[in-house]
Amino acid sequence: MSRNPHAAEAEVEADHVLRFEDVSMRYGRGPETLRDLNFELEPGSFHFLTGASGAGKSSLLKLIYLAAKPSKGLIHMFGEDLSVIPPAEKPLIRRRIGVVFQEFRLLEHMTAFDNVALPLRIAGRKPDSYRQDVAELLAWVGLKHRMHAMPATLAGGEKQRLAIARAVVNRPDILLADEPTGNVDHDMSLRILRLFVELNRLGTTVLIATHDQDLVARSGRDVLHLEDGRLARLDAPGPRP
Amino acid sequence: MSETDAFVARWRPSSFLPAADSRDGALTFVIAVLCFLACLTALGVIASDRAARGWSDQLTRQATIIVRPKANETPDSAAARAAETLAGVKGVSEARALEKEKVEAMVAPWLGDISDLDDLPVPRLVAVDLDPNGPATAADMDAALKAQGVDGIVDDHSIWTADIARAAGMVRWFGAAVFGLIAAAAGAVVAFATKAGLQARRDVVEVLHLSGADDHFIARLFQLRFARMAAVAGLFGAAGAAIIGAGLRLAGGEGGLTPVLPITWTDLLAVAPCPVLAALVAAIAARLTAEGLIRDMA
Repeated sequence: MSRNPHAAEAEVEADHVLRFEDVSMRYGRGPETLRDLNFELEPGSFHFLTGASGAGKSSLLKLIYLAAKPSKGLIHMFGEDLSVIPPAEKPLIRRRIGVVFQEFRLLEHMTAFDNVALPLRIAGRKPDSYRQDVAELLAWVGLKHRMHAMPATLAGGEKQRLAIARAVVNRPDILLADEPTGNVDHDMSLRILRLFVELNRLGTTVLIATHDQDLVARSGRDVLHLEDGRLARLDAPGPRP
Repeated sequence: MSETDAFVARWRPSSFLPAADSRDGALTFVIAVLCFLACLTALGVIASDRAARGWSDQLTRQATIIVRPKANETPDSAAARAAETLAGVKGVSEARALEKEKVEAMVAPWLGDISDLDDLPVPRLVAVDLDPNGPATAADMDAALKAQGVDGIVDDHSIWTADIARAAGMVRWFGAAVFGLIAAAAGAVVAFATKAGLQARRDVVEVLHLSGADDHFIARLFQLRFARMAAVAGLFGAAGAAIIGAGLRLAGGEGGLTPVLPITWTDLLAVAPCPVLAALVAAIAARLTAEGLIRDMA
């Protein structure tokens, strides 16, 4: 994996990849699930997003990957105000965001190779221009021998690594992960964390929502902690590995 | 070359959407039936139109003269004189007086058996065949009869030809309406199927969205899928209708099934555009439905 080509541009464009200004969010007419959030993520930063169930971690991620809109406040991403960008530009923003879901969201009718190649195909790349890249990425996440397998035949850890490979194949500027170690054992959790750290070293901004306090403690990274929809920035809990 | 390298070299992108599911077969069948009915309607309209033209041509090539004998002549001699007069009119190929028995047979359905009622003043008829290249007009024939002092009424069948033309026009409009209804029904079926397909594959749509696909890209996937399915269904429907049409043509022999519904071999070509039209209707319906739903999902 080479250094993220967008990262340097992002650093020049703005001193943050993502900035929330007084952002609140509610579903329909329900109560606010997120309240008055103010924070920013610098290019190349690595944060964990923690909080109890229902604290609003997934809602916050949804706002970032444009699956939901804030009911109040402004979100700036890559120097753009998301409240004013036209709908046609949203897919272009999404292509700069990689998302890893707890439930993987792999396409069951496609092979592992096809799943990873998906964002590149959607971006309009020709197969010959990326087939070696996809193969290398699958080797990097330890799935070289499983590239022709269907997702249903993969183990939990393999699915998670496949989902990570799909999320990063486009060299996103920001990588979001929602409970990426929720379905894997301890060793696999550490292995997955190492992948995220390596991606971060290559310039990708990483934000991981997790319950796994052990993982947070081991990483020694900054933590954004949500309590009842409000944000409390905590200090890094320990030395970086 | 290792097995993995061979896989990478051979790899071809798979479909963005899952392969057909059980609903697709039912949908193909429904669209095929609709296409079959639409093609039969088209063949029926074409055959009816041809029949109407045939009847119209027949009527416009003939005229009938009702001859009333004068006091000093018999009905037969009046009819003969009228036929002789009309035979000389430009645009008339042949004029012949109909025998009394033929006339009585013609009025029998209304008056019953009148052969024993010699005093009943049954008018004599003269049948006139007109030159198709330059037929005589009713006015020409009327003038010629008047000039020869024959008391006759010229019936050029214009009332009937107008009725037939009107009936043929109605059949055409009726056919177009049925065709339109079937196309609308096919569109509605595809729209319904698109909606169901999108709901069933919502997870796929979400992943495509998150991977950077825009609404048009995703809508196009559904559009292509249903257009392809409709084209196949249209092919089956058109083939079925063509087989029925060919069967009617063969059963009818040279003149078509009957003079009422004459089908020719070339008429069967009318079903050829069916797959394309079905694909077009399905593509439009799927596109509009998918774009609306995907917008709502987003």
